[in-house]
Amino acid sequence: MTETSPRPLRVLAAMSGGVDSAVAAARAAEAGHDVTGVHLALSANPQSFRTGARGCCTIEDSRDARRAADVIGIPFYVWDLAERFREDVVEDFVAEYEAGRTPNPCLRCNEKIKFAALLDKALALGFDAVCTGHYAKVVTLADGTRELHRASDEAKDQSYVLGVLDERQLAHAMFPLGDTVTTKDEIRAEAERRGLAVAKKPDSHDICFIADGDTQGFLASRLGRAEGDIVDESGNRLGSHDGAYGFTIGQRKGLRIGHPAPDGKPRYVLDISPVNNTVTVGPAEALDVTALTAIRPRWCGRAPEGPGTYTAQLRAHGGETEVTAELVDGGLRVSFTEPVRGVAPGQAIVLYDGTRVVGSATIATTTRRTAAALS
Amino acid sequence: MAYLDHAATTPMLPEAVEAMTAQLTATGNASSLHAAGRRARRTVEEAREALAEALGARPSEVVLTSGGTEADNLAVKGLYWSRRDADPRRVRVLASPVEHHAVLDAVHWLGEHEGATVEYLPVDAYGRVHPDALCEAVARDPGSVALATVMWANNEIGTIMPIGELAAVAAEFDVPLHSDAVQAVGQVPVDFAASGLAAMTVSGHKIGGPYGIGALLLGRTHSPVPVLHGGGQERHVRSGTLDVPAVAAFATAARIATEHRERFAREVGALRDELVEAVRTAVPDAVLGGDPHDRLPANAHFSFPGCEGDSLLLLLDAQGIECSTGSACTAGVAQPSHVVLATGTDPDLARGTLRFTLGHTSTRADVEALAKAIGPAVERARTAGLS
Repeated sequence: MTETSPRPLRVLAAMSGGVDSAVAAARAAEAGHDVTGVHLALSANPQSFRTGARGCCTIEDSRDARRAADVIGIPFYVWDLAERFREDVVEDFVAEYEAGRTPNPCLRCNEKIKFAALLDKALALGFDAVCTGHYAKVVTLADGTRELHRASDEAKDQSYVLGVLDERQLAHAMFPLGDTVTTKDEIRAEAERRGLAVAKKPDSHDICFIADGDTQGFLASRLGRAEGDIVDESGNRLGSHDGAYGFTIGQRKGLRIGHPAPDGKPRYVLDISPVNNTVTVGPAEALDVTALTAIRPRWCGRAPEGPGTYTAQLRAHGGETEVTAELVDGGLRVSFTEPVRGVAPGQAIVLYDGTRVVGSATIATTTRRTAAALS
Repeated sequence: MAYLDHAATTPMLPEAVEAMTAQLTATGNASSLHAAGRRARRTVEEAREALAEALGARPSEVVLTSGGTEADNLAVKGLYWSRRDADPRRVRVLASPVEHHAVLDAVHWLGEHEGATVEYLPVDAYGRVHPDALCEAVARDPGSVALATVMWANNEIGTIMPIGELAAVAAEFDVPLHSDAVQAVGQVPVDFAASGLAAMTVSGHKIGGPYGIGALLLGRTHSPVPVLHGGGQERHVRSGTLDVPAVAAFATAARIATEHRERFAREVGALRDELVEAVRTAVPDAVLGGDPHDRLPANAHFSFPGCEGDSLLLLLDAQGIECSTGSACTAGVAQPSHVVLATGTDPDLARGTLRFTLGHTSTRADVEALAKAIGPAVERARTAGLS
């Protein structure tokens, strides 16, 4: 019932240049697998390999990954997946924001790049599995079925961003960090003990292709400025903005509305309408979502039949909430036991049964408790 | 292990190791006047004479450098600066498009930062510059040419350039011609004086000498502006304390490489022909790059349709066969080779290249290992396709 296979596998370890993926590769090699390291060059602009711009795929990260692979004693290559990444992740990210939605590019990258483009090439070249530094657990049942579970250390758990993996992708996934309850400090200590120089490297949190962390600036450079109105729930104009794509549902800061609400309470973004370039704001209560529909469901195993009760996670670092979910016409209908706030179309909803990931879908519409709220 | 990447670097000759280690324990700066300095100086000058002898030059024409890259930079930038200083109209730099990056990037830099007008000479399908092409380029305006640079033999596809004829064209117009001969020494006859070149680059570790040592052979009438300023140790065009052990070992390697050149070309050439035959048998649609006849005896270069060179490299490496895609890497990301593209090869085909280069330690077993592995590797890489 553990992930460790008695049979040595040919494993391709995706190495970002960070500490997690380096330790993951080292653990896979130590477990007796035949491991080859690969760093994915994802930069849209190959020039940055010469200029050394910061980001997920700079020359520095590539060298850090290579250095780690050398210490572990495994072959190492850099694969250029920049074109696929640009098409499947970056352009999708921009298009989603342009449509008023809030995408998660990490899920997209796992679905389309790491466990698609990379995995397919790995399998074609004779590898059995792709290994990453994600904190999640793969459990193999007696009948050989594989399940994706939250990491043993739930505080570190990253199963949310892997919720897009289907059964086939999961069959070839290896997450050596998910099996142990390990704090980040302990992972760093393990890296240090293994002689990996990345032990002290700072964590990366930002979206890798937006090197300076300025998502708004990135979107503005791609989509241009488009001044529009900020209105209240009744349509009264309260202020203006430079582009509706710059807002996220539930956002409170940066609205730049000069005067306070009549009741003196803070106002939040309730709705983003890309068609007429309008941002609607209102009180916190109006954010309460009681139900949603989601499209493109993907199941980590068999699709559930009939309505079921699950826990759901709506953001990468969000908490769990109880839902009932049902497949209707190929999409997902979800109702929340208790209303939740800050739910935005474009986000992924990942369903869990206990610690097991059941599947995920992309949120399309939400139903608000307050009748006046838009959806 | 089958090491088929001698063009990247080749093992040091035992005699060179011996010459080097003998010097490592001796103290002495070759510029010092005392006995220790005189001893070091004598070692360096004897080595310089040996290098000159091996390469058809006078000892005073040997400017020792830290390797091929530095020698290329000194020749290209230094000659550009000195020629332009003498006559500001001289801003044209004529270069073959198949040069090593040490030349190509230096030339490009001159264009970006020093007002040079860079002109790339046309090459044929084998990557060869024809004397007519150089003549035509110079003749357009001879007075504006700072220098021309064409490598002696290509490091990727192995094609040998008609250096003597090219130098004759350059001499006709009184234009200095530089040639990077890093890959040629020890494989084809290289005689600096007979070539008519103004400057020629050679390197230690490609011929069985140590890393980090090379030389620019420089005709006595040429005074390039230095790239490295300092003590002026080497004819006042190159500064830096000389690495006496490396110089001694370099000279030893150069002497042996040129002494054994004919036998090397015959024996290693025969082995290379077997390699080419074996690859063609295993992969009938593999395309041999470079001139099929007039090429470096130790070089074989192939394009494998439908394959990513990187994939092939990984699959062969996993079986202990070490070779190269031949193309330049940028942070390890393989780009289609500028050399292969310059020969007019289809860009998709250019992604599937491998270079196999033999050397003084190569054996038939190396070739047999490749012969066995290449067919299945190509088949598998084709499944992975062009990502």
